[in-house]
Amino acid sequence: MATSSALGGSVRRREDPALIQGKGLYTDDYIPHGTAYVAFARSPYASATINSIDTSAAESADGVVAVFTADDVSHLGDLIAQVVVARGRPLMAGTKVKHVGEAVAMVVAESARQARDAVDLIDIDYDPHKAVIDMREAVKDEVLVHDDLESNTVVAWEAGPFGDEEAIAATKQTIADAKDRDDTVTVSIEAVNQRLIPVAIEPRSVVAEWDDGYQRFRVHTSSQVPHALMGAIKTTFGLNANQVHVTAPEVGGGFGVKLNVYNDEILTCFAAQKLDRPIKWTESRREAPGSSIQGRGWVGTATVVGTNDGEILGYELDVLSDMGAYEQNFTAAIPFLGLFVGSGQYKFPTHWKATCVFTNTMTTDAYRGAGRPEAAYYLERVIDAYAREIGVDPVEVRKKNFIDKFDEAVVSPIGFAIDTGDYSTNIDKLVEVSDYEALKAERDKAREEGRYVGIGVSAYCEVCGFAPTALSELGFSWATYGLPAGFYGTGLVRVNPDTSVTVITGTGPSGQGHQTSWAQLVSDRLGIPIEKIRVIHGDTEESPMGIGTFGSRSLAVDGAATFDAAERVARKAKNIAAHLLEASAEDIELDADGGHVVGSPDSTVPWDDIAAAAYLPHRLGESEIEGGLESHVVFDPPNATWPFGSHLAMVEVDAETGNVEILRYITVDDCGNVVNPMIVAGQVHGGITQGIGQAMFEEAVYDSDGNMLTGSLLDYPIPTAGDLPNFELSSTVTPTNINSLGAKGIGEAGTIGSAQTIVNAVVDALAPLGVKHVDMPLRPKRVWAAIQEARG
Amino acid sequence: MYPRSFDYVAPNTLAEAFNALGDNCKVMAGGMSLIPLMKMRLFTPGVVVDIGNLPDMDQITDEGDHIKVGALVRHGTTASDGLIAANAQALATAAALTGDVQVRNRGTTCGALAHADIAADQPAGALAADAVMVVESAGGSREVAASDFFVDSLTSACGPQEILTHIKIPKAGEDEGSAYDKLGRRGGHSDYAVAGAAAWVKKSNGSIEAARVALTGVGTKPQLAESVAEALVGTDGSDAAIEAAAQHAVDGVVVLEDLYGSEEYKTHLAKVYVGRAIKQAIANV
Amino acid sequence: MEVSMTVNGREVSADVEPRTLLVHFLREELRLTGTHVGCETGYCGACTVHVDGQAIKSCTMLAVQANGSEVKTIEGLASNGDLHPVQEGFWERHGLQCGFCTPGMIMSATALLDENSNPSEDEIRHGIEGNLCRCTGYHNIVRAVEYAGAKMRGEDPPPPDWEGAE
Repeated sequence: MATSSALGGSVRRREDPALIQGKGLYTDDYIPHGTAYVAFARSPYASATINSIDTSAAESADGVVAVFTADDVSHLGDLIAQVVVARGRPLMAGTKVKHVGEAVAMVVAESARQARDAVDLIDIDYDPHKAVIDMREAVKDEVLVHDDLESNTVVAWEAGPFGDEEAIAATKQTIADAKDRDDTVTVSIEAVNQRLIPVAIEPRSVVAEWDDGYQRFRVHTSSQVPHALMGAIKTTFGLNANQVHVTAPEVGGGFGVKLNVYNDEILTCFAAQKLDRPIKWTESRREAPGSSIQGRGWVGTATVVGTNDGEILGYELDVLSDMGAYEQNFTAAIPFLGLFVGSGQYKFPTHWKATCVFTNTMTTDAYRGAGRPEAAYYLERVIDAYAREIGVDPVEVRKKNFIDKFDEAVVSPIGFAIDTGDYSTNIDKLVEVSDYEALKAERDKAREEGRYVGIGVSAYCEVCGFAPTALSELGFSWATYGLPAGFYGTGLVRVNPDTSVTVITGTGPSGQGHQTSWAQLVSDRLGIPIEKIRVIHGDTEESPMGIGTFGSRSLAVDGAATFDAAERVARKAKNIAAHLLEASAEDIELDADGGHVVGSPDSTVPWDDIAAAAYLPHRLGESEIEGGLESHVVFDPPNATWPFGSHLAMVEVDAETGNVEILRYITVDDCGNVVNPMIVAGQVHGGITQGIGQAMFEEAVYDSDGNMLTGSLLDYPIPTAGDLPNFELSSTVTPTNINSLGAKGIGEAGTIGSAQTIVNAVVDALAPLGVKHVDMPLRPKRVWAAIQEARG
Repeated sequence: MYPRSFDYVAPNTLAEAFNALGDNCKVMAGGMSLIPLMKMRLFTPGVVVDIGNLPDMDQITDEGDHIKVGALVRHGTTASDGLIAANAQALATAAALTGDVQVRNRGTTCGALAHADIAADQPAGALAADAVMVVESAGGSREVAASDFFVDSLTSACGPQEILTHIKIPKAGEDEGSAYDKLGRRGGHSDYAVAGAAAWVKKSNGSIEAARVALTGVGTKPQLAESVAEALVGTDGSDAAIEAAAQHAVDGVVVLEDLYGSEEYKTHLAKVYVGRAIKQAIANV
Repeated sequence: MEVSMTVNGREVSADVEPRTLLVHFLREELRLTGTHVGCETGYCGACTVHVDGQAIKSCTMLAVQANGSEVKTIEGLASNGDLHPVQEGFWERHGLQCGFCTPGMIMSATALLDENSNPSEDEIRHGIEGNLCRCTGYHNIVRAVEYAGAKMRGEDPPPPDWEGAE
């Protein structure tokens, strides 16, 4: 087993032994003595007035402890969210329901079965109203989701570049002028980027305990942002931060669905306090469409205008984005995250507009990529269509329009500074490793045989590693949760008196391997082997104020903070060693054994002695070195990170049935320096797969009354092993200069790069038939219909 | 996730089972269809009669002129059994394409037939194989032809107080072949059928002497496509003859639109898979 | 109803409601929480255990149906502290991320290798179709099963395929 602790080593994961033996503790595995269980009665209507709620039968049912409705919790206010532009979510619906699945009553019972049984006994009288489900209808404001608001439109994000009205007008004019020229080509695609259900395999779960003696909450939850929940609880219940202890133990997949503070978490706390006993709620898969956020949900038009030889003169995007019925943590900010990368890695003028609209559906929010996959999808689809229109190779068109290589920040046409980039080198490598020319020859040969084989290429530049704290000016911080903390990183490294190391980070993984990568970072600085390093995460009481795990930010922000903290501890350890050896600190190097004078192997002070001196500070004598051996670093990077890459897919379509098979999937990603290549490869694999899931299988479908038709895994097919090829990964390395690691985020890149790659490939396969676009998911029915339409 | 309460009996003999079968009962073999419905609270019988303990029902046996498949034969066994492969390849393939490994380890062929899901695989295989369903109750035993067994969506001819104790599959001659193919909901062969077809042919002197073709996933029930068979019989089984016959795939079928396909698409797919199944059946002779 | 079975070699019995699913019996009654619940429809496979040597979904089986059976869960897979080769394969080839699907996935993979000691990649992929993973894209799960298969056959496992693999 490889245990090389060096950065860049594929150290096998420290978290795995527990998980492969069934010993990991997920929230639902935690069953404190005396636990009572919650089940919710949920609205069957997308829009209705609640006339009455009769809970009497439920209250007297076997095992029922209590039944609560909105009246019982009205004193707690609405669910707190990071940013609410127009309307947040009530904890429970009181007089009106706004989407199917909205919580209306809450049963607490001795067992989960009894709670569920009692839900069936609650009698709720509704007066249903006309609902608006399709955002294209909602934007007309003929039916209002909230009849006390003037419009369903929450906000419209416009850029070109962002924040400069005059410049935006000029950009629009530039693009209009380009379109008017005789020697240009204008290509538009109207496309749906469909709503998705995140489907972390672990359903959400929360266990709340109230300590009435010390007036404290202790909460286990399946969350990517335990600190935000801690803030929401303390604010909602009028407590201090130090009276709320939130722990996210093992989290069984996040992908954004757990990047939220939920009403069920607050309500479970309410019941725990009210009933003074541990309370658990665990989501069932089929209630998730009413209880957990969904993702994507855009529709609109992307347009490119360019010359006949591939120089793009302007790009426009005009989309609607479906917010659902209420805003939660990031809801209306998701399209804004797309806007950040609205012009991608390109240099052409861009006018970008996303209008955010309420509908009578479940709230949308962050799902892996969160705005960036949507933005990349439209951009890369329409560039591909343009390349096809002018008959220039799609790789060439992209290269022609890339921003040239840079290693100091450049401002993109959309108005944001990108840290570092080298896009042409990246796509050149894709051409090389895929043997692109040979693939094209293979495709052309297949075409001659009457087969429909296609190659799709796309490139992306995304933004992640969310920082700096100055983003709080745009609303990005946990301030509304009563915790005015921005998107910084935090890392605490402590060498204990016995020379073991405790590392505490402000993020919490849901599979990303922090226990391993963070141990590598610290081991790299201290020389202490990773076996002696323990990483604590996802715990609001142990950790300094943390922000959480989302937006591929953990390593680039909190990891970098941890690395810097380890460096400070290393410096101190060197000072101590120098003191004990009567040498100069500059001459000391650290390794597993302790501190050595460079070039004098006999001059060694073991770690035991360094630690002992730190914790028996009288041994430090007159050195002015303080006792203890730990450091806590708060790292506020100057920018987020901007990874990029190029993807290629080769597919074959059965034109008779519309069935798509992926033959090859090849990527070249660039996330800067890599701490653990094994973990990075895993992130890319999983990311690609979620993009393929969107491209080929997944779609959250509501009927016109707002009923979710795809609420179970029976009707919402996520990819299985049999649906996928092996992935062929390569990389280029363009380090960022915004953190000491040179590392950029990689958690979402695969998803951001993949959906359009598959669609581009399928359109390429069907190009001989005249197909120009097929909306996702590329279910056989849709591909077949596109073929029929093209054939006339 | 939590079923409503119900009573449960697990008889050890067929007689006990019949005894237990009163009003509001449901027979359960593997439970792969029933338990999810109960968990979703879409259906809860008063009494679940678990026939899992009944003796000698998990066998596939050669009965001379037919093959007997007992009520507790799992999909996985049907898929891999030599007798089934030799005599009803369409059913074997349909069983192999049913669910996933875990489902095939628990679910039973007879259970899938009695459940009569409109998009299940094995009903088509059983129809093509001209299987005979042996339905028993306290009142005795009766035999139902496969073509009469599938009544409607989730409704078979097996009544609530009856048990499909076994099916009888006619032995196949050397000049016969059968096959099953489908487009799954996930694409390829995965998951329930968007459209699937099973075909059986008997060849004689280079032409098709007899044929049976069955559809699943397309209409209101798994059913025979009789006009396809009629059109095929007497032809040479050439690609052109198959394609011509396949055009009749949905004659008399009410094609249902769902999330996975429009009426037009499913009509088209029915023809495609009827054609593919026939071609493979001929190849399997 | 009284139900008795052998779980991981231990005789257990309890009085349960007929509606108790095997997975709830394992998790709540026996506190064997390594077996997970990920869906309601029997699709995700996180609850996969072995009953009488075969992989089954314990969320789609009543506890009373397992009366008299031999049940093996993820907790019973390692023997005397030695990881099963499939567990080792998942560790060595990064076959897991969040770990939630992993116990079920491992139970399916062990059953697959018990039946077919040298499966092709296609057989592995289709053999684990009843187990959904949202993290790994299955690429490394397939590598993990290949690793375990090689180990169980006494062969050297193929090397890892990530960049710079050692």
